[in-house]
Amino acid sequence: MSSDEIGAESTATRRTVLRAGVAAAAAAPIAAGQDTAAADTEPAGTQTGPARVPLKVNGRLHEPELEPRVTLLDALRERIGLTGTKKGCDRGECGACTVLVDGRRIKSCLTLAVMQQGREITTVEGLAHGERLHPVQAAFIGNDALQCGFCTPGQVMSAIGCIEEGHAGSDAEIKEWMSGNLCRCSCYPNIVAAVRQAARELR
Amino acid sequence: MDDFAYTRPDRPQVAVALAARPGARFVAGGTDLLNLMKDGAEHHDHLIDINALPLSGLRKVEGRIEIGALSRMSDVAAHPAVREGLPVLSQALLAGASPQVRNMASMGGNLLQRTRCWYFRDAAMPCNKRSPGSGCPAIKGQNRRHAIVGGSEHCIAVHPSDLAVALTALGATVHTLSPRGARSIPMAGFYLSPGNTPHQETVLGQGELITRIDVPVTPLARGSRYVKLRERATFEFALVSVAALVRTQGGVVREAGLAFGGIAPRPWRPAAVEEALVGRPLDAAAIKAAGAALVRDAVPREHNAFKVALVQRALAEALGEFGGSR
Ligand SMILES: Cc1cc2nc3c(=O)[nH]c(=O)nc-3n(C[C@H](O)[C@H](O)[C@H](O)COP(=O)(O)OP(=O)(O)OC[C@H]3O[C@@H](n4cnc5c(N)ncnc54)[C@H](O)[C@@H]3O)c2cc1C
Ligand code: SF4
Ligand code: FES
Ligand code: FES
Repeated sequence: MSSDEIGAESTATRRTVLRAGVAAAAAAPIAAGQDTAAADTEPAGTQTGPARVPLKVNGRLHEPELEPRVTLLDALRERIGLTGTKKGCDRGECGACTVLVDGRRIKSCLTLAVMQQGREITTVEGLAHGERLHPVQAAFIGNDALQCGFCTPGQVMSAIGCIEEGHAGSDAEIKEWMSGNLCRCSCYPNIVAAVRQAARELR
Repeated sequence: MDDFAYTRPDRPQVAVALAARPGARFVAGGTDLLNLMKDGAEHHDHLIDINALPLSGLRKVEGRIEIGALSRMSDVAAHPAVREGLPVLSQALLAGASPQVRNMASMGGNLLQRTRCWYFRDAAMPCNKRSPGSGCPAIKGQNRRHAIVGGSEHCIAVHPSDLAVALTALGATVHTLSPRGARSIPMAGFYLSPGNTPHQETVLGQGELITRIDVPVTPLARGSRYVKLRERATFEFALVSVAALVRTQGGVVREAGLAFGGIAPRPWRPAAVEEALVGRPLDAAAIKAAGAALVRDAVPREHNAFKVALVQRALAEALGEFGGSR
């Protein structure tokens, strides 16, 4: 499907089943002829297989074709091409995949892209205004808060959430509330310093 | 992850009708379900996304707080009525997972998260909980994280939820909806012991939806607290934990609610511990007696015997806050 076909109607592709109890029931392991009662309650919009999924990322609407099983992280990186968000563990344990959804920090490896339709998703690519860095990005550079940089996009997104939530009041508080982000280069003291400085500037 | 169908209903009745079918499963935050499916520990053909259902938010009514099943851990923990009236609940939630996970994870999903037993999560290993009848490699294998009480010869996994421990001590009630109607289940009767069916963890039926959790607000709950001991300072599951509600008068314990995490296949609230305390001064002897009652029937395994001493120390630590001396 080419990009000029993107539109309201095109969200229903061949394999999106709008009001089709039959097809959705076929996807469930139910022998034919059984359980017609359940099929009666099948609502509109059961998705089986790939379909256009509208995702608003950094203020722009994207409509990648996705199966329901694609995580938000994989959709961002592999389908939309925003590779700033990193995949470390894919299990919620490292924080490298942290993004903001409607302003709240979450781990994009633990949610499905189809679950995030209609939300405002912000990735590290959406922070700077042209050449002007977000204060948290600038603070990370200013405080030398990275070595290899792999964890950094997640740290920066998480720090924005941490400051926004009001959990950057002391070093101890920053450590606790940044604990969802691991750094294998162990830049922790400098990360804490960066968050502290950015919190002061954003106040 | 194997592929699956996906539906996002906006009416609870529709959600439970869809989820009643074999192969269907609710998804709320997705923070445990996706890991289980990626690891091959669970397979589902149809995910019913419940996030469009009207099940979020807290309501203060006379004598209790009603918490919608879709309320997020972070929001419940930060709610002023919870922080003031149910500190053990706020503390248990904040001691769990990470800020990002707490922003995603729902109360209902938290109660139904599965064990972190490493054999259960490794689809290449046998495991009675994942594949009934295949055996339990933990009993003779690596069992540092496993249960010291309440297990069976078929499974010694511990329940990982901190929230469930707090709600058990608080005497909360879980409300559900299924095609057969609504019902309410006290926390004490919500989880099942493993016995020879460790794959059955709760009394919920296929597709039964948790709609809300009611927590009594009492003078006892107001002074409650949560103690969690783990292998690193934060962002880790409990080795042992204690949810403690204690009311003393003139130095004597009048009322107590004590539940323990990290030591059993379900939140553990043995009556003997509370009986050892109520009516006695909260002194070193009473605390020692309560600890002894807690571990009387313990069956430690090769790597987890340390929990027998550790959980008694956690209990002493928790009771210390109420003026107890060790
Ligand atoms: C890295 C990491 C660390 C963690 N550390 C801790 C910790 O220290 N302490 C702790 O307690 N937890 C911890 N957790 C677990 C976390 O709290 C759970 O994953 C989370 O609470 C599950 O909620 P959810 O909404 O994401 O559930 P989902 O993953 O969406 O669902 C989990 C299960 O619950 C079912 N379900 C969900 N909602 C309902 C409902 N309303 N009715 C019926 N069924 C429902 C689903 O079908 C599924 O079977 C950790 C998780 C991660 C990833
Ligand atoms: S302890 Fe339970 S979950 Fe772990 S391997 Fe044994 S049966 Fe499976
Ligand atoms: S990749 Fe998501 S937390 Fe590690
Ligand atoms: S800078 Fe290398 S992982 Fe953090």
